[in-house]
Amino acid sequence: MQQTLRGVRAAAVHLWLPVGLIALWWYASASSTSNFFPPLSTILDQLRQLWFFDHTRSDLLPSLRNLVLGYLLAAVVGIAAGALLWRVRALATAVHPLIYFLYVLPAPALLPAVILVFGIGVEMKVWIIFFACVWPVLLNTLDGMRGTDRVKLDVAASLRLGTWGTMRRVVLPAASPQIFAGLRTALAVGIILMVVSEMSAATEGIGYFILYAQQTFQTTSMWTGILVLGIVGSILNFLFLRLERRLLRWHYQARRALQVA
Amino acid sequence: MTGTRDGHRGTAGAPPHAAGTPVRAEDRPAAPERSPVLAARHVHKAYAVDGGRKVAVEDISFEVFKGEFVCVVGPSGAGKTTLLRCLSGLMPPTSGETLFEGQAIDRVPEQLSVVFQDYSRSLFPWSKVARNVELPLKVEKVPKAERRARVEEMLAAVGLAGAGDRYPWQLSGGMQQRVAIARALAYRPELLLMDEPFASVDAQTRFELEDMILQIREDFGVTVVLVTHDIDEAVYLADRIVVLSKAPSVVAQLVDIPLERPRNQVRTRNDPEFAHLRTHILELVTGG
Repeated sequence: MQQTLRGVRAAAVHLWLPVGLIALWWYASASSTSNFFPPLSTILDQLRQLWFFDHTRSDLLPSLRNLVLGYLLAAVVGIAAGALLWRVRALATAVHPLIYFLYVLPAPALLPAVILVFGIGVEMKVWIIFFACVWPVLLNTLDGMRGTDRVKLDVAASLRLGTWGTMRRVVLPAASPQIFAGLRTALAVGIILMVVSEMSAATEGIGYFILYAQQTFQTTSMWTGILVLGIVGSILNFLFLRLERRLLRWHYQARRALQVA
Repeated sequence: MTGTRDGHRGTAGAPPHAAGTPVRAEDRPAAPERSPVLAARHVHKAYAVDGGRKVAVEDISFEVFKGEFVCVVGPSGAGKTTLLRCLSGLMPPTSGETLFEGQAIDRVPEQLSVVFQDYSRSLFPWSKVARNVELPLKVEKVPKAERRARVEEMLAAVGLAGAGDRYPWQLSGGMQQRVAIARALAYRPELLLMDEPFASVDAQTRFELEDMILQIREDFGVTVVLVTHDIDEAVYLADRIVVLSKAPSVVAQLVDIPLERPRNQVRTRNDPEFAHLRTHILELVTGG
């Protein structure tokens, strides 16, 4: 009983504003006759018809597949390349200007070039998502690894962990809070590129759906697409934070223990 | 009695006796096969600082024999930590050499283990206590069942039986250093090198840890080299003390500590000989 009550209170603390805003939207738009801003009730009605489950199958799932492929590839390559650059300092110095050049280059600017190379299929979208996501992961990995406590590296040497053992058992866990920060940034960037890539050249996907609906004056459908995108993005973020909280529990708890002491 | 033990300095590099050569009793070393576990030979270390050179260690030679407890004391800034890093193989000396069981040290030898001063930095906060202690055993590819048993044994030896399931940062400072010592002992090293291991704990805990390390040395027969700035601690623990001069440091003197064992925090520290020894070393350290 007590537990339930606490759960309700926690939910209230987190949700009062979003719920309030949705209620506000609902009532403010209820009597709207504007084609551009239909009542929320109409949008939700349409959403149910379109997204359960025709367009989820035809548009949302292909989008998510592109995102997952590009993002996971970027995570693996970004962490591996960051680790390599940490290990081989000379290489890091040499490629540093190049990495920053590519990092600051807005990924959408590369879309035309990527389309030339890969066409407008799945490959192109996965590549552009990968390209946008890999830099924050790589740079955060490198930076995090460089911040590894010198004493811990001494310990690794004195325990004779070797190159691979030191990487796996000391440097990687020591850098993991910052690697996760990079992965979180990459997730947001990945969702953006998922949509952008579908808005410039595509025949499916949620970005394509939104743009197509707008261009064919199906304003209500357009709003449903935006709403679905927002919900899916929130869920992905929520899942990511859950995973991070779990894997970095030692980090947050150790930090709290240090603050209390 | 206080003074240098010439036997230890003199035998460095002495050739073994040729077979059949008659040796006068007083010339014969006490134990002929007694070769040093650890030896520093003219260790010199200089760092490049702002275009110049800063000499941390000028010229240090000494030897440590099996089963000995040797403390290294010196004024602050005498390059004690630098010396320990050279002795452990974490850092090469600029010139001179360090030997472990007769072999030149170019990386941390297998039978040598290090305990660092700052336990909050030397333990891995992402692993529970048991896994911290277990790590060196994994490196040695010890089978899992044996690893478990050894971890339990080591945690018991440092008075932390049952704490394996907690994280290091959930423990007090003294307990964390116990974990670090258990980890260092896990693969049963010949030699334990300790860099100011008790400098970051309160006085009461320090006494407990001092007695614990003496007990561990008895139980495991491990040779110990402990670097400290605390002269009382050095006298209390050591069989022999390497007293360093001010930087750039040389060995000011090797001092034997003939206080009886087992030592006792109250009794030993009240021994007139204890006071005599600490005064002598204090004079050496302060140059007074």
